[in-house]
Amino acid sequence: MSTPPTKPPVRPRRVALFVTCLVDLFRPSVGFAAVKLLEEAGCTVEVPPLQVCCGQPAYNTGDRATTRAIAAQVIDAFEGYDAVVAPSGSCGGMLSHHYPGLFDDDPGMKARAENLAGRSHELISFLVDVLGVKEVGARYDGSVTYHDSCSGLRELGVKDQPRNLLGSVQGLELREMKTPEVCCGFGGTFCVKYPEISNAMVGEKSADIASTGADTLLAGDLGCLMNMAGKLQREGSAIRVRHVAEVLAGMGDLPAIGEPERG
Amino acid sequence: MSEATNDARAQILGGIRRSLRRGELTGEARSAVETRLAAPPRGPSVARARLPQPEKVALFCQWADTLNATVARVGADEVPGEVTAYLARNNLPATVAMAPSPLLEGYDWASQKMLSIRRGRGEGSDQVSITGAFAGIAETGTVVMASGPDHPVSLNLLPDTHVVVLREADIVGGYEDVWERLRARYGKDRMPRTVNTITGPSRTGDIEQTIELGAHGPRRMHILVVRD
Amino acid sequence: MESTAHAFKSNVDHALADPNLQDSLAKLKVGFSERRRQAAERLPEFEALRDRARDIKNHTLAHLDFYLEEFERKVIALGGHVHWAPTAADARRIIAELCQSVNARTVAKSKSMVAEEIALNEHLEALGIAPVETDLGEYIIQLRNEPPSHIIAPAVHLTKDQVADTFLEHHAKLGFDKRLTERNDLVAEARYVLRQKFLDADVGLTGANFLVAETGSSMLVTNEGNADLSNTLPRMHIVLASIEKVIPTLEDAAVLLRVLARSATGQESSAYTTLNTGPKRPGDLDGPGQYHVVLLDNGRSSVLGTEMQDILRCIRCGACMNHCPVYGAVGGHAYGWVYPGPMGAVLTPQLVGVEEASNLPNASTFCGRCESVCPVRIPLPKLMRHWREREFEKHLTPKAVRQGLALWSFAARRPALYRRLTGIANRMLALFGRADGRYRALPLAGGWTRFRDFPAPQPGGTFHARWAKRKS
Repeated sequence: MSTPPTKPPVRPRRVALFVTCLVDLFRPSVGFAAVKLLEEAGCTVEVPPLQVCCGQPAYNTGDRATTRAIAAQVIDAFEGYDAVVAPSGSCGGMLSHHYPGLFDDDPGMKARAENLAGRSHELISFLVDVLGVKEVGARYDGSVTYHDSCSGLRELGVKDQPRNLLGSVQGLELREMKTPEVCCGFGGTFCVKYPEISNAMVGEKSADIASTGADTLLAGDLGCLMNMAGKLQREGSAIRVRHVAEVLAGMGDLPAIGEPERG
Repeated sequence: MSEATNDARAQILGGIRRSLRRGELTGEARSAVETRLAAPPRGPSVARARLPQPEKVALFCQWADTLNATVARVGADEVPGEVTAYLARNNLPATVAMAPSPLLEGYDWASQKMLSIRRGRGEGSDQVSITGAFAGIAETGTVVMASGPDHPVSLNLLPDTHVVVLREADIVGGYEDVWERLRARYGKDRMPRTVNTITGPSRTGDIEQTIELGAHGPRRMHILVVRD
Repeated sequence: MESTAHAFKSNVDHALADPNLQDSLAKLKVGFSERRRQAAERLPEFEALRDRARDIKNHTLAHLDFYLEEFERKVIALGGHVHWAPTAADARRIIAELCQSVNARTVAKSKSMVAEEIALNEHLEALGIAPVETDLGEYIIQLRNEPPSHIIAPAVHLTKDQVADTFLEHHAKLGFDKRLTERNDLVAEARYVLRQKFLDADVGLTGANFLVAETGSSMLVTNEGNADLSNTLPRMHIVLASIEKVIPTLEDAAVLLRVLARSATGQESSAYTTLNTGPKRPGDLDGPGQYHVVLLDNGRSSVLGTEMQDILRCIRCGACMNHCPVYGAVGGHAYGWVYPGPMGAVLTPQLVGVEEASNLPNASTFCGRCESVCPVRIPLPKLMRHWREREFEKHLTPKAVRQGLALWSFAARRPALYRRLTGIANRMLALFGRADGRYRALPLAGGWTRFRDFPAPQPGGTFHARWAKRKS
């Protein structure tokens, strides 16, 4: 019996970047890092212009009608691409895990939502699990600790993928927190609706981060990163905070989140 | 049954059926659940509950020991002597309350001249009790006590020290094997009034999440595993 | 008990400022989750057992009427009695009447969250019947006149020193006039005091972890042995259980027991798992002469068949709260009623009304850790979100939140407008001092900047603006 010919891995060629609202407004470099990583892995990256937000603020406030309207808009905007990739587990999870459930009473839209869900990915897991990327050519001289953002970890199973790629970054040393999987207290609108609880949570997180002795904190979601950066900086910590994609894309020399411009 | 009870019962059952959007179960749907009840399906089988008998016995002893009981493996003729020796080793009084069970009467207690035995239910002042066990569960080092005239429940609970005599042949793999034995012994619809499955001594973690033994039940459990 | 769930925010302030509570919570967060993780790892079949546990509960809920009737039939056949209580008031009345029928003066109680739910103690006390809590944690908080703060560890919010003070205050009259400093001495003193209460009690009242339809048995899982003394020594045993506690068979119990203890305390098995079936039999030397089961609905039947039904699978292990970072920050009392943590955030609005408990399902980051450890796989974040949807429909969502959301969604549904607005926001934020890289204060963002700096946007415009330039 002859062995069947091994198929070359199917690489989605036309990839749409779902930028996310926070990256768009606060840290475009994360978007450019994502584009760079995807292009280096052989993808053609496009940024559909009609995209805005994935709808989580409405979804998590219980406004289902608005969420559906926004989801329908996203489904339209990302029609026809081989894959949709977000540099965020939370927005990626919204597209891939929550959209179909919004249209239980509308079979036509549900089918489209499921189609989008099947094509939607968080950036790092897309690179590793779908494209088979095993290493990156970046260098980062420093010790980093990695926070597992909740949606990426528990909805999408993003855990080893970023650590594996970080392992290929020259000069980088990974130091784990005691509880990297515990929520940082961001939670979207939660952090302003219940600021005292959020502060207690991020305070505990910053202590765990500091106890690693790492000089840099990384994660895959900008919301969590802004929350943790804001707390560390309020506490006077010198720990720098970056999106994991920036370091993997060799853009680790940019000013960190909340750091002033240089020069 | 009073009228109030009847109304309340109808109200709850009717509410459930309304929520489930159906009437009382009938026909095939009913016979399916009746079948399930008559021949209970087992859950996923647990590998460590499926060992050969000698390994079951060893696993039982290992878990019982890990979970704060003490275990002595003895021959049938050594049971009374081991009880006396255990009490002496632990500076316990040689006065015991014993379950009036045929199993225990099969041992030669008269050989222990220093041992004073009262047979009957447990009393608040008892220091030490001796009971048999209906079964042992290898999976977790658990002893199973079935209540009846030969085994008052209070003996499992009131004394500071509980000595359990368990035959190797009565050690089974998991809970399911105990249920089978109970049905075989007592009938499918007639559980004993009380079945206590007991894993180690009484304990509490209610003060500062730190385990202390002997909250309300026995502080010490000593299990004599008797060779066949 | 009286709900203070409406005062969640001020409860939170108290909790965050209580150093004893914060010490206890620091310990809880590490201890329970680590022990659960190790216990799960020791049993390779654990995940398969969780799936089966979920399926068993789903099967039971779909046939709940059948299994309750079957359970009742078996209890009666062996000489027991079943009482149906549609409401909390019905359950209180039934239990009081049972106690009065034997002229009970004291009731030895084993920890029952359902008894807390129906405020049984207050009712019995008003009738001159003394309920004595016998679970050590429940006993401590009964002496302190506090509600439980955790469903399996009711006194987890207290330190050893607080317990020592409480015991000295209440036990001095019994001759224990020395303040204790060691945990084992405190446990021994409680054992001694409560032993006499067990021997004196006329009625033993317990909850049930499961009611087994096949055999008509109530099943109870404890570590102390107090429940077993409660159901063995007094002349009447009353089991108070809510209707969703019924399960089909002993085989199903075996599956649920394997996930219960491991999820709750990380134990291979709790010390005592007990099946009680009917009253004492002829020839028995001990046991209660009467056995009664009170089945409480209290709104549960109306949850069946709704999007909230999954919460009825709950087996009250406490894993969700042990792993919840919000519970870990504020403890159980902040939730304001009997059931705290994620399962409480879903159940409490059902039982006391969503108006009263509107904060609870909102006070979650949806981190999902609760769902990831739930032994019966209840999608707790999803159920909390359903409550938020109901609140939104009922206009209970705070006005400021609604207005903010309305503005945002107006823009978010118009991409061109949204681009212009983000462009403006990007430049506006720059005006507030981009040179520092962050802001210590920002208009309209006090909730954030009270505790955290706010990072400034990178220079050069939004991503979309820069991408458009790069492409042109």
